[in-house]
Amino acid sequence: MTLKKLKSGSLSVFSVLLGLVWLTPLVWLVGTAITKTSFHMSFLPNTSLTAENLKYVWQTIPFGQYYLNTIILVVGTFVIQFFTSTLAAYSLAMFKFRGQGLVYVVIFMQIIIPNDVLIMPNFMTLSDLGLIDTKLGVMIPFLGSAMAIFLLRQNFKTIPRALGEAARIDGANLWQTIWGVYMPCAKAAYMSFAVISISYHWNNYLWPLIVTNSVTNRTLTVGLAYFAKSKEANMQWSNVCAATLIIIAPLMIAFFLMQKQFMNSFISAGVKE
Amino acid sequence: MKTTSAAQRARKDIATAWLLLLPALAFMLVFTVYPVLRSVALSMTKYRMGMPAPEWVGLDNYIRMANSSTFWKVMQNTALFALMTVLPSMAMGLGLALLVNRRGRHIGFIRTAYFYPSVMPMIAIASVWMFIYMARNGLFDQMMTTFGFGPQDVLSNRTTVLPALSFMYVWREAGYLLVFFLAGLQSINEDVLEAASIDGATGWKSFRHITMPLLGPTMLFVSTIAFTNCFKLADHIIIMTEGAPNNASTLLLYYIYQQGFTNMNYGVSSTLTVIMLGLLLLVSLPRFFSQDKKIHYA
Repeated sequence: MTLKKLKSGSLSVFSVLLGLVWLTPLVWLVGTAITKTSFHMSFLPNTSLTAENLKYVWQTIPFGQYYLNTIILVVGTFVIQFFTSTLAAYSLAMFKFRGQGLVYVVIFMQIIIPNDVLIMPNFMTLSDLGLIDTKLGVMIPFLGSAMAIFLLRQNFKTIPRALGEAARIDGANLWQTIWGVYMPCAKAAYMSFAVISISYHWNNYLWPLIVTNSVTNRTLTVGLAYFAKSKEANMQWSNVCAATLIIIAPLMIAFFLMQKQFMNSFISAGVKE
Repeated sequence: MKTTSAAQRARKDIATAWLLLLPALAFMLVFTVYPVLRSVALSMTKYRMGMPAPEWVGLDNYIRMANSSTFWKVMQNTALFALMTVLPSMAMGLGLALLVNRRGRHIGFIRTAYFYPSVMPMIAIASVWMFIYMARNGLFDQMMTTFGFGPQDVLSNRTTVLPALSFMYVWREAGYLLVFFLAGLQSINEDVLEAASIDGATGWKSFRHITMPLLGPTMLFVSTIAFTNCFKLADHIIIMTEGAPNNASTLLLYYIYQQGFTNMNYGVSSTLTVIMLGLLLLVSLPRFFSQDKKIHYA
């Protein structure tokens, strides 16, 4: 028994130590962002605390604008996905019709083909539509989300049909039934979908990089990359770290507060879009 | 009460079903199905910036790729990167999942520590690791100097650049794959393990003969995700190396991006896209042949 205890105890210690190793890059990032520049990189900061780096990058880079752009994109994408996916999921869960198989083929296609792979043809479509360097252009490939449809459909299927039928008999129309009966029952699935969608679009880089070319549309990730590769940032790691911290902070804080919710969401979504 | 025949109602249901599907389906058709077809069509054309329209050339682009040493270099890099990341990150993910598959005081903290890189954008990770790998003053080179190996400047060296990027990637991906293994482990009935332990199977034996076989479907699913994720990544290359030195770190998606958006060669970029689609289909096949469909979204 004591041997078993010793074994599990040493496993605990080992997993904590490994966790600390895993945290090194983040600790270094935060430490460097909030301390004075030093010429040698060290695990832990050895210079005094300062807000200079954060202040400098906030003034040098139009982060305010980038924040606004990113929030508009993330919220806009999610809200539209919310409606399109709910309707499609309800349709697939409730009705049987010819051609349904083909719809599933399209859904699986999107699940196995990550959007980033289709940058070339999608950029051409965007240019045909005149949507280059617009916020709508950044959002549009994601407005029909296979991941969300599938997730919600699975959930809707578990809701007893009688519940919806009862609402219909009481005079509720289709939308009222979905809104009043199905959505409240699938709250957990909606939470997962929200977490996945928001973190994906907050962090997305390649597509916004290609689509945007002005400050009014650029996202935080694109702005950071611009700065990290610019002359002002050359070798100035304290500034690059400060800029990085500014862009990752909201999602990181949300994650640290709701660790369980985040991890469960990634499991239930099964795929990043 | 209105009386409607069953046939009428069925027709109405079908119309409703399609109407509800329409918005999502339209976006998916235009931005998932159509681009696949368009890539295939454009891959058989010569089409560069300045040309008014694509020009049909049949399989010329494919033949050019087959004869291009750069193309084969890129494919080799992509294969090497997959080799150095897929199995290691799966093994690491499973190992971490086994470590955190228990209750305990610090378990939430530990899981958070392993998983947080998945919530960070790849370009933020790349910016940090660029400094870790920086010549002489970077964390890695300072460690190397301390241990007497001298600075390595891993990102500028043809032989070390891909292993260095892979190491960073495994650090990030292991935590992501962990969650799927954890879900798999937690779905294993504890009675089975208990019965086995009564029969004398403990530790490695029980893991090898009970846990591993029961994790089979999870493995299959995770391997698909691991392959897909490692193919779909170009952000780190854009930030850290831009394919340098001498294309030693150019991966397929970065090559697609470079051909399409730097060289403005849409035809070749489409050909590469089709090749990428082939790769993705190949690594997704196990998912369709697997028996237990439930694991996909368990």
